[in-house]
Amino acid sequence: MNRRRISLTAVAAITAVTAAACGGSSSGSSASKSTPSSGSSTAALGHFNGASFTILGQWTGAEQTAFQSVINGFDKLTGATGQYSAAAGGDEASVLGAKVNGGNPPDVAFVSLPGALQQYAKAGKLIALNSAAQQAVSTNYSTEWVTLGSYNGKLYGVPFDASNKSTVWYNTKLFSNAGISGTPTDWTSFMKDAQTLHDSGVSTPISVGGGDGWTLTDWFENVYLRTAGTAMYDKLTQHQIKWTDPSVTKALTTLKQVWGNHNLIGSPSSALKVPFTGSVDNTFKANPSSGIVYEASFVATTITGDKLPAKVGDTAKFFPFPSVDGSQPTLEAAGDFAVAFSNKPVVQAFLQYVASPAAAKLLVSATGSGFISANKNLPNTAYPDATLAALAQQLVSVGDNFRFDMSDQAPAAFGGTPNKGEWADLQSFLGNGNVSAAQQKLEHDAAAAYGG
Amino acid sequence: MSVAEGEPAAGAPAVGSSVLLEAERRTTGRGARRRHAPRPGGAPGERRWLAWLFLLPAIVMLGAILLYPLIYSIVRSLFSDTPTGAVRSFVGLHNYGAIFTDSRSLQAVKNNVYWIVVVPTLITIVGLIFAVLTERIRWSAVFKTVLFMPMAISALASGITFSLIYADQPTRGLGNAVAIGIHDTFSSSHPYPSVHPRDTAVFGGSPKAGYTTHQSYPAGSPVLLPVVGLNLTHPPSSTAQATAPTSGTGISGVVWNDFRLGGGGKPGAVDLGERGLGGMPVQAVQNGKVVASTTSASNGQFSFPSLNSGSYQLRLPSSAFGQPFNGYSWLGASLITPAIMVVYLWIYAGFAMVLIAAGMAAIPRDALEAARVDGATEWQVFRRITAPLLAPVLVVVFVTLAINVLKVFDVVYVLQQVAGGSAGVADVLAVTLFRDFGNQQYGLASAIGVLLVLLVVPAMILNIRRFRRDQT
Repeated sequence: MNRRRISLTAVAAITAVTAAACGGSSSGSSASKSTPSSGSSTAALGHFNGASFTILGQWTGAEQTAFQSVINGFDKLTGATGQYSAAAGGDEASVLGAKVNGGNPPDVAFVSLPGALQQYAKAGKLIALNSAAQQAVSTNYSTEWVTLGSYNGKLYGVPFDASNKSTVWYNTKLFSNAGISGTPTDWTSFMKDAQTLHDSGVSTPISVGGGDGWTLTDWFENVYLRTAGTAMYDKLTQHQIKWTDPSVTKALTTLKQVWGNHNLIGSPSSALKVPFTGSVDNTFKANPSSGIVYEASFVATTITGDKLPAKVGDTAKFFPFPSVDGSQPTLEAAGDFAVAFSNKPVVQAFLQYVASPAAAKLLVSATGSGFISANKNLPNTAYPDATLAALAQQLVSVGDNFRFDMSDQAPAAFGGTPNKGEWADLQSFLGNGNVSAAQQKLEHDAAAAYGG
Repeated sequence: MSVAEGEPAAGAPAVGSSVLLEAERRTTGRGARRRHAPRPGGAPGERRWLAWLFLLPAIVMLGAILLYPLIYSIVRSLFSDTPTGAVRSFVGLHNYGAIFTDSRSLQAVKNNVYWIVVVPTLITIVGLIFAVLTERIRWSAVFKTVLFMPMAISALASGITFSLIYADQPTRGLGNAVAIGIHDTFSSSHPYPSVHPRDTAVFGGSPKAGYTTHQSYPAGSPVLLPVVGLNLTHPPSSTAQATAPTSGTGISGVVWNDFRLGGGGKPGAVDLGERGLGGMPVQAVQNGKVVASTTSASNGQFSFPSLNSGSYQLRLPSSAFGQPFNGYSWLGASLITPAIMVVYLWIYAGFAMVLIAAGMAAIPRDALEAARVDGATEWQVFRRITAPLLAPVLVVVFVTLAINVLKVFDVVYVLQQVAGGSAGVADVLAVTLFRDFGNQQYGLASAIGVLLVLLVVPAMILNIRRFRRDQT
C-alpha cells in the first residue's frame, strides 16, 4: 500500500467533491510568459511556446519541490507552462475520480494505482501515448513497467517515481550489540538473528506496524512473491485464484513463523496498536525497543522526517527482504504513472520528457525528497546519497522479476481501506494466527470487492 | 392550549420543526376556516398565496437537500457498484442483505444495538441523579454549568481529548497512569521481566510457571544457570560482572546473563562482560516440592549451604519474570465500545441533567410538601411524586438520546483513528456508511443510510405524537 494513501480515504472523498467544484478554472489563463530556449535537445520534444497544461499529483513539501524542478526542466526546453496542483486532502484517487466523473479532468495526472489507470483506459478517458513517448518508455524502463502502464495492448502510463517495498531496515547499533555480523539473506537466518537480538535484551526485535493494515499487506505480498512466485502473484492480484488457494496457506504459514512468535514481535495485541510511524520510531529512537522494521524505501524519509536520532546509511541501514526456501531475488515495487486525459500535443511531449533519464535525474537529485526511479538509464551517481542509490540499484537490477504492490492493484474496498477487507483480515490474522479463518475472510471480502 | 388558536403562526415558539408544522397545519386548516368570517383586511386567497410564497424557499430547500437525496438513496440502494462507483446492475434488496451477512457490517449492527440498549438509559439515569442531587446543594448553578460544558465542546475535540486519556503508555495516557498507579500500590514488580533461558537445554518452563532445571544437582558441584535477555545497554543496578562458582558445601552456583554486549561469549560459560543477576530468587526443588529458597548476590552467586545430601532441581520462580502490569488496553478489542460509550456519556450527561432539572422545577411544590407533611420519606417522595410527574420529561430525554445514539458517528470515528488494529470492533452503522461511501460503494452506503432512517423513524413518530398530545 502506498504510504500516501494512509490518510483517511473517506475524508478525502468529501474534499474531492469540493475540489472538483472549485478546480475548474485553473487551466488556460497564464499562457504568455516563457520564451523559447535554444538547445539541441528541444528538437526531439518540439516547441510549445505559450502552451499551458494542468498536472494533478499528490506531492507536497519537498516532494513537490523536486517534481516542480522536473516541470521547470520541461518548460525551459519547450517554452510551455505546466501547472501543477496537489490533490486536496492527499487522496489523489478520489480527487481524480471526482474530476473525471465531473467532466473536468486535468491534462496530466500521476496515478499510483495501475488498477485506476486501467479503469480510466477502459472507460475511454485516457489518451494513449504517441510513438515517440512509447519509444521513450520502452528504452528507459523494463518490460514489466511497460505492462503495468498498458491496457489492452496500448501504452497509457509513463512510470515515474518508484518505491522499493522489499527493504528490511535495521538498527546497526543493536546488531553490533548482539554480535550479529552481516545481515540475514534467508528467512531462517532472519528469524535466527531476530532471536539473537531478543537474547541480547531487545524486547521486541521486529517491530510490526500492525496498527496500519497496509504494512501487513506489504509483509504478506513479499512473502507470497517468494513462496508462490510471480505467476501465482499475478493470478492472485487479478483474483483469478481464490484466497483459499494452498499457495496462500503456505505464505500465511510462513508469515506466522514470525508473526506468531512472541519472542520476535512481542505480543500481537501490542503490535496491533503500533502504527507504521510508531514501528519506525521503535527501531530508531533513542532507547530502541526493536532492532528491525520491515517497510518500503520511504522508511528512510520517515527517519529523517521524524527527526529520529539514527542516521540513514550509518546507524539505520537496510537489507533486501530475505529469500524464502531459496527463492530467487525478487522485489515488490510501487510507483506513480503519468497519464494523459487530453490530446494536446504538449501533453504527449511532456509524457515523453517524463520518461527520459533527464527528468528522472532532476527528480531524484533533489535532497530530502527521497525519490527513487526505476529508469534503467539513470546513472546511480544522480542520487544525493548512497542509500537511495542502493535502493534504486536493487530496483533496476531485478529487471522484470519484480511485481507491483498487490493491494494497490485491488479495488479500494479490498486493498485500500482501514478496518475493512485485506487490511482488517490481516490484522485479525496477526492477532489470532488462524490461517484458515484468515483465508476464508480474505476470500469472502475479495469476492465482494472484485464483484461478479 | 394550542399556539395556533386565535394567534397567527408567527407566534409559535421555535421549539422544533414538528411544533411549527403542527402550528402550520392548524393555521391553514381549522384556524383558517374560522377566519373566513368577514373581516376587514385582505382576501383570504391572497393571504394563502403569500403564505406559499414565504414557504417556497423552505420547500425548495427541503426538496433539494432532503426529499430528492432520500428518494435517490432509496433507488441507488437497489443497485450494485463497480469499483469506481458507477452503477453496475439492479440487485433488488441484495445490498440490504449484505449488511446482515457480512461479518463486519453485522458487527456494526450489533454495536448499534448495544448502543441503543445501554446508552440512552444510562445517560437518562445519570442525568436524573445529577438533577436530583444538584437541587440539594449550594452553588448548584456552578455545578450544572460545569456538567453541561462538554456539550459546548465539539465531539471531535472530546474524542481527541479522550484519545489521550485512553493512550496505552502510562506516560501519555491518564487512564493507564491511574490504573498502573493503583495496581503497583498493591503488588510488587518483577525484577527481570524480559529474562529467559537461551534454549531448552538447561531449563524447562515458562515465565508464568517459572523455569526449572531438567537436571538434578548433587551437593558439592557448582551449578551454572545461564539465562539471556537482560537489557545490555541499560543493565539494572542489581547486576554486576558474574563470577564463576567454586565448589563448596551444599549446593551453590551462579545465575547470570549469558550474553555480553557485542556478543562473542562462549554459551554456557561465565565470560568477561557477562553480568550476574543479583536479587534473583532461586529455589531448590526435590520431588516437585520447594525445600529451600535463597536469593543471588549481584555477581549472580547463590548457595544453599544446608543442603548437603541428595540432589535437587533448581527453579527460578515466576515472581522474577513476567512483564510488568502495563495497564489496560482501553481501545483494544474487548474494551473499545464501552470506552467510547463513556465518552458519549461524558458529553450528554449534562444535557440530560439540564432538561430533567428544568422539568423538576415545574413540579408543583405543594404536592411534594403535602407528601412530606404526611410523613413520606424522601425516597417515597421521589418514587411516588417526583418520578411520575417527571415521566414526560424523561421520555423526551430518552427519545432524543435514542435518535442521537442511532446516528452516532463522530466520537466513534475519532477514537477509531488511534485504536489501531482493533478499531473495526467498534464500528457502528454510520461509520460503515462513511467508509463505503469513501470507497465509492454507493449502493451499499445508500442501503445503510436507508436502514438508519428506518431505524430512526419509530422514535420520530413517537416524538411527533407526543408533541401533538401536548398541544391538545
